[in-house]
Amino acid sequence: MAPHAEQLTRPAVRLRGLTRSFAGRTVLDGIDLDLPAGQFTALLGHSGSGKSTLLRAVAGIDHGVAGGGTLTAPERVSVVFQDSRLLPWRRVLPNVLLGAAGGDAEERGRAALAEVGLGGRERAWPSELSGGEAQRAALARSLVREPELLLADEPFGALDALTRIRMHGLLRRLWERHRPCVLLVTHDVDEAIVLADRVLVLDRGRIGLDLAIDRPHPRSYRDPLLGEYRERLLTALGVTEDPA
Amino acid sequence: MTTVTTTTTPAAPAPAGPADGEERQVRRRRRLSPGRRLPAARMLGPVLVLLLWAAASAAGLLDPGAIPAPWTVLETGARLWTEGTLADDILTSLRRAGTGFALGLTAGIVLALAAGLSRAGEALIDGSVQLNRAVPTLGLIPLFILWLGIGETFKVAIIAIVVYIPIYLNTHAALSGIDHRFVELAEVQGLSRPAFVRQVVVPGALPGFFVGLRLGVTGSWLGLVVLEQINATSGLGYMMFQAQNYGQTDVILVGLVVYGVFGLVSDTLVRLIERRVLSWRRTLSS
Ligand SMILES: Nc1ncnc2c1ncn2[C@@H]1O[C@H](COP(=O)(O)OP(=O)(O)OP(=O)(O)O)[C@@H](O)[C@H]1O
Ligand SMILES: [Mg+2]
Repeated sequence: MAPHAEQLTRPAVRLRGLTRSFAGRTVLDGIDLDLPAGQFTALLGHSGSGKSTLLRAVAGIDHGVAGGGTLTAPERVSVVFQDSRLLPWRRVLPNVLLGAAGGDAEERGRAALAEVGLGGRERAWPSELSGGEAQRAALARSLVREPELLLADEPFGALDALTRIRMHGLLRRLWERHRPCVLLVTHDVDEAIVLADRVLVLDRGRIGLDLAIDRPHPRSYRDPLLGEYRERLLTALGVTEDPA
Repeated sequence: MTTVTTTTTPAAPAPAGPADGEERQVRRRRRLSPGRRLPAARMLGPVLVLLLWAAASAAGLLDPGAIPAPWTVLETGARLWTEGTLADDILTSLRRAGTGFALGLTAGIVLALAAGLSRAGEALIDGSVQLNRAVPTLGLIPLFILWLGIGETFKVAIIAIVVYIPIYLNTHAALSGIDHRFVELAEVQGLSRPAFVRQVVVPGALPGFFVGLRLGVTGSWLGLVVLEQINATSGLGYMMFQAQNYGQTDVILVGLVVYGVFGLVSDTLVRLIERRVLSWRRTLSS
């Protein structure tokens, strides 16, 4: 097999028997999961099902949490949080450059800001940005590192519905251009279906459903064929559509 | 008296408003922040007091032996200045307060950083400072006189202690109260520990540091006044102490005015620096 092809199929993230528990209560109960490089995956689950716990484990920021299993992840990982987490004492560009190294860092920062539509706002203070703009700045910050793996924990959860739809388009375009492996945590079934090529449902500490979404992009929220996926996901989530 | 019901349009002639009762012009809400600051508004109160003082003196309402007129104080100040003693006393006092303040500031910052950035430092330092804080510093004066003699050293040491405590306490609290989310962010962005301290911890702790700094500045003047009036052979406090023996109220007032100017100038300076350094903050007073 050619080395190139092997590289393509080598998983970016590999979990084997990953367990995590809080105060003796098991939240992740032996998760086996491979995320291929460059794949856009969404992770669904009930509130409290352990989505954030899983994401934080993959990001390596779950210090002091009990658990075991093996976990491999790429070197360059970026995380986008639900809040933009811009440092209030730095202007937008220095915020985007936080932790970026190299002589061309500033150039990459400016380019990333332009990509998310914030060109010209380099010198703004975070407090001067709207919620959506702040979240776009956070996206730019995650791009500057040219991540092989992009982890996002409900990155649009705090945004209004219209801004969220815009951000979906932006995230998908950014993914197409940079092709990182994406793991997007969300509680929004439609968001998962429209954005991701693969949707996982976390249920009782395990991956309860692993669903490939075989529809071309860009996808419309009105696409009736997506309804079938929605049904399956909602069923997996235990949501029964009963109007009575 | 007429009863106005909500459905009727106001009976009073309203020249600016539209006649249509359905459309009401939107008025801005009453603002809850105090609004724009008047230029030099802070000086209004003191100027008013000064005017009252001058008026009362001119009208002969004040006993000049107890409260001399403002111009008498000015004259005395000018005389003391030309005779050269006032300038000397001011310099001596400034040197004391300045040296003590510089030492206290350095100690406060270094100890706060050591305690705030390492668990070992915290274990060693924090408890000791909390204990030190529990003892009123001015109560240490007798002990320090015995240890260091009654010269300049003990005065500087006391002032340094008075200064370092609020600076340490506030800076340390700010350092250890750093938002956990920013720590996580720094980890995710792969910051090295020095970079994390420099770019996240220190800027985040600056507001707390400035609170401590202002308390420290006030403390240095307080310490100075107390020390110079207890036992000194030079300095402003000594000048005032002597004046008390000879019943020279005007000289005492000159001393108080100089202390006041010290306090005002230093506080304004700190405020200006703070405004520059913390320009990213938008508060009620901006
Ligand atoms: N630091 C912690 N200490 C104790 N329990 C925790 C901690 N973090 C998470 N948990 C528990 O672990 C479980 C999973 O939490 P997690 O945050 O991963 O859920 P989630 O799927 O992200 O939920 P949501 O959709 O509401 O964000 C929850 O029951 C939560 O109470
Ligand atoms: Mg969560």
